[in-house]
Amino acid sequence: MAATPHTLGTPAERIEGRDKVTGAARYAAEHTPPGCAHAWPVPAGVTCGRITGVDTSAALAQPGALAVLTPFDAPRFAAPPDDPELDVLQYDSVPHRGWYVALAVADTLENARAAAAAVRVTCADHADEPEPHDVVLDEDHPEAYTPEKANGGYPAHRERGDAAAAFAAAPVRVDVSYRVPPLHNHPMEPHSATAHFAGGRLTVYDSCQGGNAVRTVLASLFDLPEDRVTVVAEHVGGGFGSKGTPRPHVVLAAMAAIHTGRPVKLALPRRHLPSVTGHRAPTLHRLRLGAEPDGTLVSVSHEVTTHTSRITEFVEQAAVPARVMYGSPHSLTTHRVVPLDVPSPSWMRAPGETPGMYALESAVDELADALGMDPVDLRVLNDPATEPDSGRPFSSRHLVECLREGARRFGWHDRDPRPAARREGPLLIGSGVAAATYPAYASPCAADATAHPDGTYTVRVNATDIGTGARTVLAQIAAAALTAPLEAVRIRIGSTRLPRAPLAGGSSGTASWGWAVHRACTALAAAVAGHDGPLPGGGLTVTADTTDEVRRTPPYARHAFGAQFAEVQVDTVTGEVRVRRMLGVFAAGRILNPRTARSQLIGGMIMGLGMALTEHSTMDAAHGDFTESDLASYHVPAHADVRAVEAHWVEEDDGLLNPMGSKGIGEIGTVGAAAAVGNAVHHATGVRFRELPLTPDRVLPALRPEEEPAL
Amino acid sequence: MQPTTPPPPPDAYHSEVTLRVNGTPRALTVDHRTTLLDALREGLGLTGAKKGCDHGQCGACTVLVDGRRANACLLLAVALDGCDITTVEGVAKDGGDRLHPLQQAFLDRDAFQCGYCTPGQLCSALGMLAEAAAGHPSLATDPDAPPAQGAVPLTPDEIRERMSGNLCRCGAYPHIVQAVEDVIR
Repeated sequence: MAATPHTLGTPAERIEGRDKVTGAARYAAEHTPPGCAHAWPVPAGVTCGRITGVDTSAALAQPGALAVLTPFDAPRFAAPPDDPELDVLQYDSVPHRGWYVALAVADTLENARAAAAAVRVTCADHADEPEPHDVVLDEDHPEAYTPEKANGGYPAHRERGDAAAAFAAAPVRVDVSYRVPPLHNHPMEPHSATAHFAGGRLTVYDSCQGGNAVRTVLASLFDLPEDRVTVVAEHVGGGFGSKGTPRPHVVLAAMAAIHTGRPVKLALPRRHLPSVTGHRAPTLHRLRLGAEPDGTLVSVSHEVTTHTSRITEFVEQAAVPARVMYGSPHSLTTHRVVPLDVPSPSWMRAPGETPGMYALESAVDELADALGMDPVDLRVLNDPATEPDSGRPFSSRHLVECLREGARRFGWHDRDPRPAARREGPLLIGSGVAAATYPAYASPCAADATAHPDGTYTVRVNATDIGTGARTVLAQIAAAALTAPLEAVRIRIGSTRLPRAPLAGGSSGTASWGWAVHRACTALAAAVAGHDGPLPGGGLTVTADTTDEVRRTPPYARHAFGAQFAEVQVDTVTGEVRVRRMLGVFAAGRILNPRTARSQLIGGMIMGLGMALTEHSTMDAAHGDFTESDLASYHVPAHADVRAVEAHWVEEDDGLLNPMGSKGIGEIGTVGAAAAVGNAVHHATGVRFRELPLTPDRVLPALRPEEEPAL
Repeated sequence: MQPTTPPPPPDAYHSEVTLRVNGTPRALTVDHRTTLLDALREGLGLTGAKKGCDHGQCGACTVLVDGRRANACLLLAVALDGCDITTVEGVAKDGGDRLHPLQQAFLDRDAFQCGYCTPGQLCSALGMLAEAAAGHPSLATDPDAPPAQGAVPLTPDEIRERMSGNLCRCGAYPHIVQAVEDVIR
């Protein structure tokens, strides 16, 4: 195997790369079956209320209009969806602003849009005051409650020992609150689908992170056997969690196609995304860290308050990473959630870990300050031998190595640890560090592999490449198992016609799909070796299903770890913070393709940079809507925001994960990045900011408290 | 890909235009509301230019119009009769067989992940290279430097500033800058 080029651990180029740089790669809205119509959804203009009527006459009088579906006449689903956000056009009440209340279908995009604009919706509250709504999260909200579980199935509440008493008795204490605003995924490709219903078969090109779940939902809603529904997702323009579950666009596209008898294309307008494709819920954090004078933690408390919608309970598991990170005899990690009249929150890149580790790692930095201790040393000192909350052994944990390697590469120990000590003209310069962690998940998956008489192979699995390089790394895994050159492997992904696979999410795609590919190819290699004579014309095919094997894995704590370092400059005249450089070192098992892995890790760090400095959404109290709903008002990082960003990794040999020895890398790059930037801003300025993002309106007044505001 | 529905005849709401797309004249009957982006994607089946926001905020639809970069979602096709349009499909040479050096550099540097912003990044970078070569300054150009005679040197800061109209949510920026540097060396 070692002699085979382009197998595991080598920087193979993306298989679909050429298609992406020439424009040949087709995304969900770029398939146009003959006679294709266009759909345009109509969002609710109220936050809550009851629809009393939808006047479609003007819309239907528009040129080219084919249909307008409303809650009063849309086809009824055969069964209610598990996700209430998908129960579109089925009832007359509005659970949150942006909820779809009609769908216009016309022959062209322009006509569909005009027809949608001509739909007149009346609500019960239309003539009077709007129905009272409540969209504002605060810690003391009377409806706050502790749920049973948080996202990921984690218990919402865990306590070991007596965290409060141990904290009260601790010689060194930090008791601080942090706030993270709502955040939006905003993949570059808006959620889109093209649906075609003919001969009792539904075919959907969907922009999603996993077609099997989409197929299951569509089959259930429209009362079709699953084998009559095909979901294709060959190229997907990013997702970051927002395409991890089926979304209303694909349900509406399928509904319109079935209703009109024509293929229908539906691409969501960018400004609709925050309301109907999930968001990262705002989180309010209280952290209490108690330590001995030597830095040994004695009590760790992380209490999180967050919001959810009225129709679904989604609880951002932001206190869960505190169960993994540091040893302490006493610990409290708990979540409270407030149901509000807001769109349903959902997954955004490392739900739980991203906001939770921002708060925890900022508080650890504050503790290092209080102790007069180096923040790297403090983390090393409290690195636990077993997972603190569960007591389970780690399959591997190399956080300390990441911190040390990162400190060396970054030049951490050359810095003057005193805050506000380094100045360049009007700029204050500082550096910060934070740790990162993300669980190493894997899910059951099926795959098949065929050996052809010409010496080539075809490997089939319904993986989804949302930009990770899934095709490429799966071909590498196959080639390695087959001891074949990469060029001899054809990889087929992105269709439910292929063996069933889990979604691209939870940083588990490669582990899950690769495991099945590895098993199928290993078995195929054995079958070929045992085969006498030439292979049959149709080749030799072996299938694999990892369901039993994945479920039998022994109970180890499996997590990736990392260390994030950042250097910032803070302009004392404008309050602008800029990140001069970021450096991350990660321990994520075996890195299967360093080229695509580096891109994912760097990309994750850049999303963390955005979270730290610019990304910010506001739930408007009066209108019950996200104020920053487009890319002009919601600032994702742009080229000019991003200077030097480096990702490195330490060698990690973990035989308790999967046959490849890999941990996921899609999310950990984001975790801890915002804390490193925030800690660097503290080091630069001596001021501790505890609410993101670190925009000039927050930073400048704190730097110049003696001055009156200019306006 | 050809249009799948026959174009409607010209009337008060439609006009005939001819766009010279990637060197080939293309006659179209366009709805007056149709943007250049939708004319390319829906009318001509050229889906290389992407729709990310439809509001000129993300740059995914960037194409070259008469050699200058533009957000195709902000231009009405009816106003572009006779214009030269270059999309990502027209960037490679020899009918697409030979990649442009910038396309090759994007591959070499892994300057993309999901690929959805990539056609816009490529077209924007090509336009940007021409602007710098023509001496156009940017916010990153030193205002105290002597007036540019010819090309503005493209430092990484210049590239980042000039490319900031093209968002990439995957965060491929460092590799995109390296790819652009590869072709100007």
